[in-house]
Amino acid sequence: MLIINNLKASIEGKSILKGISLEVKPGEIHAIMGPNGSGKSTLAAVLAGREFVEVTEGTVSYLGKNLLEMAAEDRAKEGIFLGFQYPIEIPGVSMVNFMKTAVNEHRKHKGLEPLSASDFLKMMRDKKELVEIDSKLANRSVNEGFSGGEKKKNEIFQMAMLEPKLAILDETDSGLDIDALRIVANGVNKLKRPDNSFIVITHYQRLLDYIIPDVVHVLYDGRIVKTAGKELAIELEEKGYDWIKKEVENNVIA
Amino acid sequence: MNGKSEITEKYLGLYKDNINKISGISSAFINSFRAPAFEKFSELGIPTKKNEAYKYTNLNIFFDHDYENYFMPVPSDFIKAEEFRCDVTDLDAHGIVLLNGFYPTLNEKLRQLPSGVWIGSLNEAAVRFADIFEKHFGKYAKSETDGLIHLNTAMASDGVFVYIPEGVTLSKPVQVVNLVQSDEDMFNQHRNLIIAEKNSVFSIIICDHTLSPQKFLTNAVTEVFVGENAHFDIIRVQNEHNNACKITNTFIHQEKNSVTSSNNITLHGGLIRNSTYHHLGGEGAESYSYGLFLADKWQHIDNFVNMDHAFPNCTSNQLFKGVLDDMSTGAFNGRILVRPDAQGTLAYQKNNNILLTDDAKMDTKPQLEIFADDVKCSHGATIGQLDDDALFYLQSRGIDKREARLMLMFGFAHEVIQNIKIEPLRERMDNLVMQRLKGELSRCASCMVKCG
Amino acid sequence: MEKDQDKILSDVTTGEYKYGFYSDIEMDRIPKGLSEEVVRIISAKKKEPEWLLDFRLKSYRHWLTMKMPTWANLKIAPINYQEIIFYAAPKERKNLNNVDDIDPELKKTFDKLGIPLEEQKHLAGVAVDAVIDSVSVKTTFKETLAEMGIIFCSFSDAVKEYPDLVKRYMGSVVPYTDNFFATLNSAVFSDGSFCYIPKGVRCPMELSTYFRINSANTGQFERTLLIADEESYVSYLEGCTAPSRDENQLHAAIVEIVAEKNAEVKYSTVQNWYPGDKEGKGGVFNFVTKRGMCKGENSKISWTQIETGSAITWKYPSCILRGDNSTGEFYSVAVTNNYQQADTGTKMTHIGKNTKSTIVSKGISAGHGQNSYRGLVKVLKNASNARNYSQCDSLLLGDKCGAHTFPYLEVDNQTAIVEHEATTSKIGEDQIFYCNQRGISTEDAIGLIVNGYAREVINKLPMEFAVEAQKLLQISLEGSVG
Repeated sequence: MLIINNLKASIEGKSILKGISLEVKPGEIHAIMGPNGSGKSTLAAVLAGREFVEVTEGTVSYLGKNLLEMAAEDRAKEGIFLGFQYPIEIPGVSMVNFMKTAVNEHRKHKGLEPLSASDFLKMMRDKKELVEIDSKLANRSVNEGFSGGEKKKNEIFQMAMLEPKLAILDETDSGLDIDALRIVANGVNKLKRPDNSFIVITHYQRLLDYIIPDVVHVLYDGRIVKTAGKELAIELEEKGYDWIKKEVENNVIA
Repeated sequence: MNGKSEITEKYLGLYKDNINKISGISSAFINSFRAPAFEKFSELGIPTKKNEAYKYTNLNIFFDHDYENYFMPVPSDFIKAEEFRCDVTDLDAHGIVLLNGFYPTLNEKLRQLPSGVWIGSLNEAAVRFADIFEKHFGKYAKSETDGLIHLNTAMASDGVFVYIPEGVTLSKPVQVVNLVQSDEDMFNQHRNLIIAEKNSVFSIIICDHTLSPQKFLTNAVTEVFVGENAHFDIIRVQNEHNNACKITNTFIHQEKNSVTSSNNITLHGGLIRNSTYHHLGGEGAESYSYGLFLADKWQHIDNFVNMDHAFPNCTSNQLFKGVLDDMSTGAFNGRILVRPDAQGTLAYQKNNNILLTDDAKMDTKPQLEIFADDVKCSHGATIGQLDDDALFYLQSRGIDKREARLMLMFGFAHEVIQNIKIEPLRERMDNLVMQRLKGELSRCASCMVKCG
Repeated sequence: MEKDQDKILSDVTTGEYKYGFYSDIEMDRIPKGLSEEVVRIISAKKKEPEWLLDFRLKSYRHWLTMKMPTWANLKIAPINYQEIIFYAAPKERKNLNNVDDIDPELKKTFDKLGIPLEEQKHLAGVAVDAVIDSVSVKTTFKETLAEMGIIFCSFSDAVKEYPDLVKRYMGSVVPYTDNFFATLNSAVFSDGSFCYIPKGVRCPMELSTYFRINSANTGQFERTLLIADEESYVSYLEGCTAPSRDENQLHAAIVEIVAEKNAEVKYSTVQNWYPGDKEGKGGVFNFVTKRGMCKGENSKISWTQIETGSAITWKYPSCILRGDNSTGEFYSVAVTNNYQQADTGTKMTHIGKNTKSTIVSKGISAGHGQNSYRGLVKVLKNASNARNYSQCDSLLLGDKCGAHTFPYLEVDNQTAIVEHEATTSKIGEDQIFYCNQRGISTEDAIGLIVNGYAREVINKLPMEFAVEAQKLLQISLEGSVG
């Protein structure tokens, strides 16, 4: 589904990603872990098409297409969803209007008729139930005045609405209490299908208690320094990131 | 509209009658500005309420009066002026006294402070430091609409000169005590020039006082040059009697990455008009403009601010507050101008006023004129009373209503005062404001005049 | 993305003005130019009584002593009043009682504008007075309304049929000496709408006037008078369009509203006069005086305006809050694109006790547009407990446009609370990106964000107009971001 090959990227001339290679197959959940500043969010930004990140080298192929050539909205319509670390507030724009526009854009892309108002509202209702989001949120402006937890749950709700093929959740767990964390994780698990994939970016292991990854990568200083099964996450939780750092440094010396 | 007002005619005549006398005691360079400024003044005249910038201030009551005009210093009075003691205890400053617009020190017209800093008489500096002087004098005080600026340029001959060389930090502030004293009604104009070169750090305090009960009219212009990366603060404390009119026009030009603040604290005065022009003339400059006035009786206080964002990535912030008692009136006129290329501008402005009586009146006119799109600008203005909820909250903790009101008013005023960085002065201002709010300061501190 | 946005910006700003067509209607025009003679001709054409001619002449003579105001933040090319035709009307047919009697070309024009003149075709619940150039051609639902005692007719008919009402109220809110353009209007006004809601009546439908300039070189000078008697309610709408022409056309109208005790008037405008082309050529000069008087206790006047058209807009719908406990409101969205200029806002004069006013102004500037808010809140000495809240926001799209705010707050009463807030900013790139990421194109994203920004005002419009207004905003601004 997604093949990243030797991806290098920089922000304002400063090199952040220093050669990342990674393959995600349909139905897989990949976790990307790593200490702060290792480039996790930058990777998410590159995949979603954020322009302040400049790709200097490498390729990203998504469903056989060159992802890096696509505009952000086209990537979304092709099924890439980014759960933002810091969801943006848009005053005056209601969630309903926002989501209706987004859903119908996706439908248009697939050659479908736009949903009628009643069908759309029904869909909203169903998805809200699925992800256990407070229905009041939908009547407010996008993220305006939402608490941190509400914003994150709102991201999962949007993911449910848009049914992506590849969802990238950028530190969706940060700032969540245990209940909210469970709601977010349940949402992900319910939306998981054999034909869609997730990349879960996280700093801590605790989200991975609820979302069981197939593959865990450790990102450090712009490179993937370790890739293994879900047991890696547990090891990281026990030992912290320092042993990885040491290992990397030792390798360099050796 | 060719007919000039009678009042303007009067000042035109004053110039013609006295220009020889004025020129006789001034340097040639200062004199070279007089004729063109006079031209401009005769075109613009004394501002009336038709002038948008003076919409809420009637100058006629002070300009339409026959004053004795002092165009020459009176040396005999100087001794008394030098004896004037400032009552800001613990304030350690380099002092300068200005009497009726002239620099009085009989021995030395210019004084050298550590690190090559010079303070003293403007007229003397025009001769002794001609190079520096001619680079800056008359460069920043410009106006296409306000005749008073040109009236000052045409007739002023002395005032304060301060020079801070490159890289110098002056740890003690300079304090200018601006005294007006005469046994006749008097009109005076003075002119200050402050030059803070690149990377210098410096602050100046200007205290305005009247020492005799006669009717006074002062029209002052101050030009300030703030070099690249320099830090400059100006604090003006006004304490004049009710029969005095003070008009100050301060032009602050800033180079790249410089930081300035201006703070006008008006404790007392008959008619006061402070115009402050901030010119953000280099990228990355920051400018802060503050003002507070407490007005009562028939006083009228008008603050005018022009924040000119001429370069990208500059920041400005304005905070002006007024407390109006009795039948006093107040005006605020604040403008933020963001020029077409000044992208990345951050500019804020706040004006809050409290009316304490039914007879007090406040007019405010905040303005935004924005010609660039990548900007964040906002302004807010309020005219109202103390917050009832806050008042009740204090009362519910056992504080009586009078005290609670005072606390809230003090808190209101303190938001401006807290921006004064010189601690003894800040404490003194808090103190004076508290006394003023309690009604214990019905006359100016250190003033012999019983007015009002 | 930057490039895309530039492209979309140019696509949108080159979009055609939809209502720019001209209809070939048989017209009765008087020669161009302005003189006392012209004023007399207009009055004679309309078979007016002596008192109205006197009013016109008095106004004209006063106008001759006046100068055009220059205080607005506008660049206005000189106007030659001798080049303007001051009266143009479709040739009169005998009886206009039946729709079939209307010139078919005229009917076609209004159909094309989406304003069918046949009642059965019309949106239920909206009565329309259709005004073309100088005269009203048809007022729908007149009879239905008459059953409730509501008078809704052209101004000319009102002069004939209800001279006492007209005499009593005309000029009582906007005196003939008020300002240069109001005085001009008082001298040469052609037609407009008249509306009277009797005591205790809630008008069951939206009343609306649709203004159309059609003829070349013609000025439009309509005059609307709306009286809401005690305990009554009315919601009134006005819309306007004009053909695309290279010359500037002058529109100088007057709207006067009187609200008696406990009456409420909602006045909504969707102004879409021809804005000129993208080089700033042509377009309507929209110089309008609108003022309402909250005369009685507890009365309320609410102005809502969506200003997307006109080359230059100079307009300050105002409220005089004379009655105790009366309320004035002003909600505005003004868009300036290409070379459009707008200097608009309001005046709230608090005279009575416990009076309240609210001002919400949303300016949107794009292209080389210059958009100014100018407002005055004045609290007089005896207006105890007056309350005002003003919020003026400006949105900038592109780096060639300007947004300006000139509020005046004048408070002469201790118990007043007057608050003003204003912000200026551009559309956030991160907001657009957020939408992009959800699959919404940049163009649609801007439409969404602008509509969200203006929603507070659009929500004040009656349903039918809100949809129209939203579309208009979309058309005039989608994608215009820098």
